[in-house]
Amino acid sequence: MASEATLGSGRRNWLPSWLAGDTVQGIRRQRMVLGILFLLPTLIGLILFVLGPIVVAVAMGFMKWNVFRPPEFVALKNFARLFQHDLVGNSFSNTFVMMAMTVGMLEVFAIALALSVHRFARSRLAYFFRTVWFLPVLLSGVSVAVTLSYMFHTDFGVVNYYLGVLGIDKVPWLVSSDVVRLSVSLATVWRNLGFTFIIYLGGVSALPQEILEAATVDGARGLKRLWLITLPLLSPTILFATVIDVIRLLQFFDEPYVMTRGGPGDSSRTAVMMVYDTAFANLEFGYASSISVVLFLIILAVTGFQFLLSKRWVFYQ
Amino acid sequence: MTVINRLSTRRRGDEDVVERIPDWMPRNAADWLAMAFMVAIGMLTIMPIIWVMSTSLRTPAESFTVPPEWLPEDLYFGNYLQVFDEIPFVYQMGNSFFVTLSTVVGQLTTATLAGYTFARLYFPGRDALFWVVLATLMIPYQATLIPLFVIISKVFGLADTLWSLILPALPTAFGTFLLRQYFLQIPVEYEEAAMMDGANQFQIFRRVYLPMVAPGMAILAVLAFNGKWNDFLTPLIFMNTTSRFPITLGINDLQRYMMTGSISVVLAAIVMATLPVVIVYIFGQRYLIEGLMVGGLKG
Repeated sequence: MASEATLGSGRRNWLPSWLAGDTVQGIRRQRMVLGILFLLPTLIGLILFVLGPIVVAVAMGFMKWNVFRPPEFVALKNFARLFQHDLVGNSFSNTFVMMAMTVGMLEVFAIALALSVHRFARSRLAYFFRTVWFLPVLLSGVSVAVTLSYMFHTDFGVVNYYLGVLGIDKVPWLVSSDVVRLSVSLATVWRNLGFTFIIYLGGVSALPQEILEAATVDGARGLKRLWLITLPLLSPTILFATVIDVIRLLQFFDEPYVMTRGGPGDSSRTAVMMVYDTAFANLEFGYASSISVVLFLIILAVTGFQFLLSKRWVFYQ
Repeated sequence: MTVINRLSTRRRGDEDVVERIPDWMPRNAADWLAMAFMVAIGMLTIMPIIWVMSTSLRTPAESFTVPPEWLPEDLYFGNYLQVFDEIPFVYQMGNSFFVTLSTVVGQLTTATLAGYTFARLYFPGRDALFWVVLATLMIPYQATLIPLFVIISKVFGLADTLWSLILPALPTAFGTFLLRQYFLQIPVEYEEAAMMDGANQFQIFRRVYLPMVAPGMAILAVLAFNGKWNDFLTPLIFMNTTSRFPITLGINDLQRYMMTGSISVVLAAIVMATLPVVIVYIFGQRYLIEGLMVGGLKG
């Protein structure tokens, strides 16, 4: 069936005749075969490394399994245990507190930065600042945590030195269980601000100028214009960035683990740290899975709640 | 009078201004406030980075002195050399390179192929599969980690090898989605023209579409490089042998060895470990930043 009258490259001849591209059916078959072949690596990979594991994780949540003995079905015992386990409750509340502080600071600063730099849009200055603010995103959580834990050192740290110059007493950043969650959050904000900022910059550059100018002509100025015009126009981006940041930060691990190992006491222990310790220090794989499944459900619920709530405040043109 | 009005209401970049004010100059109080805020955040961003670099160049004995000196006076490179004595730095950087580059190449391959299928090829059930792929984006990584560890160690027997870090990272729902969007932006007319010339479907993919999604591939490459190079939790779980660690674990070890001793050695390691990411970023930043901005728009 392969015709000799090839117009383009002559390399078509190796195709079997039922795949020849000179009939509509042949082209359709080519696209089907290619589509299935192209999809296989991703599909097999996702089944093996994402979909399979999440199913297994849920199943393991109902089992007692400490590696040395075969898994044993215990129904809801793990879940009953974790709801009474103070350390688990404590790590979840720490996670929420740090997530809320971090996301709060991230969104406010990132929006302010995007709106500020937009005033100088297209200038070299805007380009320069954009590059500078993005630099910490390149660093690993470990590098940031190590560096900032030196800078947050109570007696020798740079931060306390400059606070001292301003007449403020030494803050026990990493050694007081009251302050440590703020310190870890600040470190996380420092590393992630550039990323969140870029997302907002995209939103701010796309704001409809006509509406903003019309509002100015109608007398909306300053904070009033910001609150009543600019932020509502920006609200789809705010939703997008907040959802992404909340999902990421409910799972955060690197910064608190390296800065404090969860201490002092358990005051900066996060949910993922709890999963990690339960599984790989205590070797209780089943129990650890049940904790990670609960965290997964919480993330789903929080995200769903954000979308539900967004109907009341997000404004789509 | 007209001139004054024009000056006060003109938008940046307008051509018909009377005198040229540089576009980076603040022109009113709000501009000045914005500028002050930008400079303040810029300082807070850059100061820890400068501190890391200058402290890494100071003798260990002086590394903790206050007031901090922002410019290194001694230019002492001994810390950099000492890193090589404390941890198997060359091996660990090599491991990071191998794992990261394999992951980048692998993700580019799987994501372009799958993204192309979802954008331009068709077979029954394709759209249902697309929703499955999108749904995996919502599964948090931490929830899959324990079974992943079991699969990698018990099923594949790959625990404590670099492959345990690479294989699970190859399929990427995010990258597939990203590249699908890029393929969709290309007008179908190109494809039709190529078909008129007798190209088969693979040639259309390889010669027509692939070159045109290079910017999307650049974004995926930079993000994958950055993410994999800086990955900490996965190797922390999967790896045991120090000489097989990626550099993130090496820095974690180094910090523990040096806890109260010389921090300048740790900072020297951080500087060296960050260089590759910075270089990749310099080459890819145009695509990356513009790509991420567009991502924000679509939210």
